[in-house]
Amino acid sequence: MPYDYKPYAYHRPPGLTAPEPRHKVAIVGAGPIGLAMALELAQHGVPSVIVDDNDVVSVGSRAICWSKRSLEILDRIGIGARCVEKGVTWKVGRTWHRDREVFTFDLLPEDGHKMPAFVNLQQYYVEEYLIEAAQANALIDLRFRNRVKAVEQAADHAVAVIETPDGDYRLEADWLIACDGARSPVRAMLGLDFDGELFEERFLIADIEMAADFPSERWFWFEPTFHPGQSALLHKQPDNIYRIDLQLGWNTDPEEERKPERVIPRIEKVVGHRDFRLDWVSVYTFQCRRLRNFVQGRVIFVGDSAHVVSPFGARGGNGGLGDVDALGWRLAGVVRGEAPEAALAAFDRERQFGADENILNSARSTRFMSPEDGVERLFRDAVLHLANRVDFARPMVNSGRLSRPCVYPLVAPDATGLPEVSRPGAVAPDAPLADGWLLERLGVGFTVLAIGCAAPEVPGARALALPVTPELAARYLGGAGAAVYLIRPDQVVAARWTACGVEEIAAALTASREGRT
Amino acid sequence: MSLITAPNIADVDGFYARLLATHRGLTDAESAALNARLILILANHVGDATVLEQALALARDGAGKPA
Ligand SMILES: Cc1cc2nc3c(=O)[nH]c(=O)nc-3n(C[C@H](O)[C@H](O)[C@H](O)COP(=O)(O)OP(=O)(O)OC[C@H]3O[C@@H](n4cnc5c(N)ncnc54)[C@H](O)[C@@H]3O)c2cc1C
Repeated sequence: MPYDYKPYAYHRPPGLTAPEPRHKVAIVGAGPIGLAMALELAQHGVPSVIVDDNDVVSVGSRAICWSKRSLEILDRIGIGARCVEKGVTWKVGRTWHRDREVFTFDLLPEDGHKMPAFVNLQQYYVEEYLIEAAQANALIDLRFRNRVKAVEQAADHAVAVIETPDGDYRLEADWLIACDGARSPVRAMLGLDFDGELFEERFLIADIEMAADFPSERWFWFEPTFHPGQSALLHKQPDNIYRIDLQLGWNTDPEEERKPERVIPRIEKVVGHRDFRLDWVSVYTFQCRRLRNFVQGRVIFVGDSAHVVSPFGARGGNGGLGDVDALGWRLAGVVRGEAPEAALAAFDRERQFGADENILNSARSTRFMSPEDGVERLFRDAVLHLANRVDFARPMVNSGRLSRPCVYPLVAPDATGLPEVSRPGAVAPDAPLADGWLLERLGVGFTVLAIGCAAPEVPGARALALPVTPELAARYLGGAGAAVYLIRPDQVVAARWTACGVEEIAAALTASREGRT
Repeated sequence: MSLITAPNIADVDGFYARLLATHRGLTDAESAALNARLILILANHVGDATVLEQALALARDGAGKPA
């Protein structure tokens, strides 16, 4: 069954009748990132208004692969379980060259995490669940068919001029978050532009519905016999929908390639029969680019409006959720007057770092798939040739390095001998507890997590003391008998000690809150 | 570790002849592809990032415009 796009109701906004009081936060765009942003802010008690020019969820086939970290974030804002239940869980990726398998990866080789490595779920479902959660949240005012047509910046607020079916109105907010996508009109209104790379390559993307029994894995082919000289990708989605990406090359006509009479025979070659229904077809070119700065006065860019990547690594939507994670608690602190605006500079710094890592990985994968003539192709082909024969070349085969949370380069207290995976700047690794999961037990604010010892009481943090389990020991202690971790509201490790006083923890907390680490 | 730049192959004339013999009968394109594979094989054998970096710099030295 194709997805049933039900329009959401438009309601006449109050601002058409009388000026609305200034909002704390206005969010432009109800895509996955804008919606998650509003829900994350609401977790921290901050109300927001979201405006979207449209009244349906994302049309067609876009994001499908949601990473473990994204699922943890979505879980925190209330829709993680739904996504996992509806989605197709996977963790193994297999890569072929011609008809030989050359590389296999397993993205979550260890047990003991609440969330799986990846879930495939169509973007329209994720948005549907987010909209439902937002509409049920008293702190969120979600307005469909409200298009921002101009933005003005003042010293301590921003103003959006909004067009509705009933006319225009002005909306003032202390902070305006632009989540209006890759073509961001707000970015253009502020006269800002992207820096980075465009790739001279085209991919055909098709969703087909068929009854088939492909395993829940990511399958990628270089130069497959069914699509000579190019590459292809197959993903399984819920509802018997399969997504197929086919590389077309630059010298092709996108309009021609989109026609069913051309698409259907191509797909027939991939799946080996014609017993499928074409659900969606589009042709994409890709770019890896970003804004130089994401915080621009009172306007903050988050998600695709701030950075775009080619999709082989699933770093677009997942990267945007990383922004949401890093911004929510900080903006809440600033709005509540508990944190200085410098905290937002720390958000900007961290997410530029995150965006650069995503851009680097996505650009490298795209180059490997689509090498320029000459030396790039020479080495790409050399790697594929060797990967058929020797082990060392297999990890060099780059069909996409899938999204993982970055480890922020924090300058923060650390103790030698504790495990790498939980070092300052990394997301606190999940672990099973007697009655649930570690990540569920972390507070909305800062947490002082003590493993194998008493948890010091630090003002502004929740104390959580846990007995040593094998998973906690492996992920948090290494060889140590006990350790104390300061964990940020976004579940990133802020600092850690094997021995410390309350003052040191308090100082690390203040530094983190103020954006100094 | 750092890149060995002193002579290190016992029978250097023999190796040189083997290298050329390995390319015999190949077109220029096939030779270029062989060279690319050989570089990857040897680089993996070396492994050490510092040594590889020094080797890349030495190979680039004097070629074209600065990278
Ligand atoms: C082919 C493809 C495959 C992808 N695969 C993946 C994947 O597997 N995993 C992944 O994580 N990511 C993937 N992505 C990327 C992912 O789709 C995007 O990163 C994600 O949609 C970004 O969300 P967003 O909310 O920032 O922007 P969008 O989803 O673009 O949402 C922007 C919203 O703003 C609204 N808007 C725009 N202008 C205005 C205005 N003037 N006023 C009001 N509202 C406005 C729009 O209507 C829209 O609702 C893929 C993308 C593509 C194209």
